[in-house]
Amino acid sequence: MSESSPETARRIASEARDRVRFEEEALALADQVYRVARHLAGSREEAEDLMQEAYARAFRSWRSYQSGTNLRAWLLRILTNLNIDHGRRQQRRPDTQPLEAGDYYLVDRLEEAGGPLSDEERVDQRLSQDNIVAALSAVPHDFRDAVVLVDIGDFTYADTAQILDVPIGTVMSRLHRGRRILKQELAQEVAAR
Amino acid sequence: MIDCERCEEVMQPYLDRDLDAVEYAEAERHLDACCYCRRRYRFETELRRYVRYVVSEPMPLELKERLAALRLAL
Repeated sequence: MSESSPETARRIASEARDRVRFEEEALALADQVYRVARHLAGSREEAEDLMQEAYARAFRSWRSYQSGTNLRAWLLRILTNLNIDHGRRQQRRPDTQPLEAGDYYLVDRLEEAGGPLSDEERVDQRLSQDNIVAALSAVPHDFRDAVVLVDIGDFTYADTAQILDVPIGTVMSRLHRGRRILKQELAQEVAAR
Repeated sequence: MIDCERCEEVMQPYLDRDLDAVEYAEAERHLDACCYCRRRYRFETELRRYVRYVVSEPMPLELKERLAALRLAL
């Protein structure tokens, strides 16, 4: 039997404290992680499953988290990897997407349909919450991931690149195209109603 | 001065503050003079804010409890 010196006991106690602190910090971020996870996943149920799997894995591998780095990004990296492992990448690939319209496409369509936007008019007078949610879920995953992480999760390009494990240039081009595809989808939503 | 087509191309990097000083100044000059583009920039800014707002769903309380239950036993 190994001798349990006071030093060993102190080390064990200190590690337990670190682990508890890690778990508390990770749980405190759960709301923010969920906000992003909800739209990385295809549905609410999928998002909840992913959250549980990601947190279980995070708690198991807490030692590989480097204290002081971005814990929210670390958690989302785990979650994104799990999401990819679940085979959703079997969906249509980005290079099969048609070339998207320009950035003024949506506002041009809205003005055609309902007259020029006035200075006081708010976006929600022309687009409903349902329009937005449906359009976002229609954006192909690779592009949606970038839009969700940057525009909803407030991650920097660099953090997003790390989470998705792609170069920053790829994040920027997916974000750019993703926003345009979102607007195209919105224009279709509005035309269909 | 840049035209409306170019102004449309630089809208995203402009709003992301990802343009160099010269490009930024050119876009500003165009926007000062063109209410068509100005309206579109304002729309994009609001749209981004609106998207972020409407898609934010609070985490179900019960999920929070399930996550807390995953903590490793001491």
